Amino acid sequence: MMSNLIILPIIIPIIAGLLMVIARNMIAFHRFLSLLAMAAVGAAAVLLLRVIKIAGIQTLYLGGWEAPFGITLAADMFAVILVLVAAIVTFCCLIYAFSTIGSAREHHYFYPLLAFMLAGVNGAFLTGDIFNLFVCFEVLLVASYVLISLGGTRIQLRESIKYVLINMVSSSFFLIAIAYLYGMTGTLNMAHLSVRIAEVGQGGLLTAVAFLFLIVFSLKAGLLLFFWLPGSYSAPPTAIAAIFAALLTKVGVYGIIRVFSLIFYHEPQTTHLFIGILAAVTMVLGAMGAVAYGDIKRIITYNVLIGIGFILAGFASFTPAGMTGTVYYLIHDMIAKALLFLLGGTIIYLTGTGKLKDMSGLIRLYPLLGWMFFIAALTLSGIPPLSGFIGKIFITEGTFHSGYYWLGGIGLLSGLMVLYSLLKIFMNVFWGYTSTDEAEKGTTPGIMLPIGVFTVLTIALGLGAELIHEYVDLAVMGLMDPSLYIDAVRADSLW
Amino acid sequence: METSMSIVIGILFTIGTYLILSRTLLRIILGASIIGHGVNLLLLTMGGLKKGGPPLLGLNTLVFTDPLPQALILTAIVINFATTALFLVLCYRAYKVLGTDDIEQLRGFDDV
Repeated sequence: MMSNLIILPIIIPIIAGLLMVIARNMIAFHRFLSLLAMAAVGAAAVLLLRVIKIAGIQTLYLGGWEAPFGITLAADMFAVILVLVAAIVTFCCLIYAFSTIGSAREHHYFYPLLAFMLAGVNGAFLTGDIFNLFVCFEVLLVASYVLISLGGTRIQLRESIKYVLINMVSSSFFLIAIAYLYGMTGTLNMAHLSVRIAEVGQGGLLTAVAFLFLIVFSLKAGLLLFFWLPGSYSAPPTAIAAIFAALLTKVGVYGIIRVFSLIFYHEPQTTHLFIGILAAVTMVLGAMGAVAYGDIKRIITYNVLIGIGFILAGFASFTPAGMTGTVYYLIHDMIAKALLFLLGGTIIYLTGTGKLKDMSGLIRLYPLLGWMFFIAALTLSGIPPLSGFIGKIFITEGTFHSGYYWLGGIGLLSGLMVLYSLLKIFMNVFWGYTSTDEAEKGTTPGIMLPIGVFTVLTIALGLGAELIHEYVDLAVMGLMDPSLYIDAVRADSLW
Repeated sequence: METSMSIVIGILFTIGTYLILSRTLLRIILGASIIGHGVNLLLLTMGGLKKGGPPLLGLNTLVFTDPLPQALILTAIVINFATTALFLVLCYRAYKVLGTDDIEQLRGFDDV
């Protein structure tokens, strides 16, 4: 089914960003337009969700060139769910940024850059062409290079150099993988690639290329190759770090899921098992980091890694149950990680330090913040009835189904470590004696509103999991059966 | 032709890797850039080198050269150019602010 709707989530942020660049100093206009753009992207995604539910996967041949000759956009349920969640997360982080990001950054194109980054993220979710996926990655990466260094503080400059270098190298790997794939199959359209590889069989060479793709996406997602992540994600201001944690690593996860469910799904005993091992190691190392450090930023960045490992543990099981868990947990993790980063950033803003031993007794001054942090800790460790629970139970079921008991076990243990590391923050920061009687800096509605929205969302997603399950089921169906995607993209029956 | 191209690509990757592993920021940028060039050549080689005439209808040739790798390289060159430029500016700024271009001195965290 052809639909022009698909282009909207990509084109709206680009147009909004360009308009903002033209009207450089009108910050009120920037704020209004970026909120409007995110709302419009969200509305387009909701429309697309309904259309896909009724009429199946939507495609768009850019410039009228039929697949596999031109670039195809393909919106399946999985991608559009992620587009919608990304728009919601960015919307809330924007509201948080209004009162925290500072006028210097606002005057230096913070809002346009954010819009361009969202355009790249949405493009990566919606494209059906593997080279176009590379281009969308670059769009979001270039925007993120500037966002991470915007402000130019010492720590930002130091960390952004490493961030840029690691991503330049991984982009080179991406191109190498694409070159090999093109040399072997002669096509770049993902659906066409899937057909061709199914025809010739996924031999050793193609599996080697699959591992190259795995390296690339692991670098972006922080799956095992996460050495750059804790430094980079603690450098930028809270609002930017929250969006990075919620969206950028998830784009890498999306890449792994898309490539290994649509193209390289023939050798799960090699590739998917390997992803499972990487996920297990990531969870263990992430848990070690989260438990070991006594610094809020460090603890929450290591929590990002545990989340990534757990999402991919479900994918590695490659069973319908595991995949359902992966989709649920991915949605949950995007919202909960944004919530956690905003909470952590707010605590640091209020106390002026990130070190746990330097603070105590905040619950008397900020009871609402304290309880919301408690809810965030519970949802991230998967306590019912919050949103982390449903994904966790499906992922565990999936890993047990496919016989990866060790993987499910490590997943559950890492959940305990998440709970421990976050309650460590909760007890140190919010319990104990209140050192000052008065709040030196108060929280403002602009800070509390987005945190509150995320908290409500994570409760609602837990209680209302039944309401979204038909959408999640459709997404899982598309992931487990590549022929649905292929049939939607295929122009005629010639290939 | 493909074989000698592969050797050239290999040499470029070797040089690029060596430069990235060195300590000076400028060398690292050059290394990343050279790897980018190696990748572009790899894309070109994987598409097959000069198999026939230009891919235009109306020419009396039966064999055409694949135009797609060239389109890919064009995109890749532009992206590589932009990121390298950004990286250079970023490193210059970092050198100004941090007072060093030695990557060894940019390691670690403030709090450890």
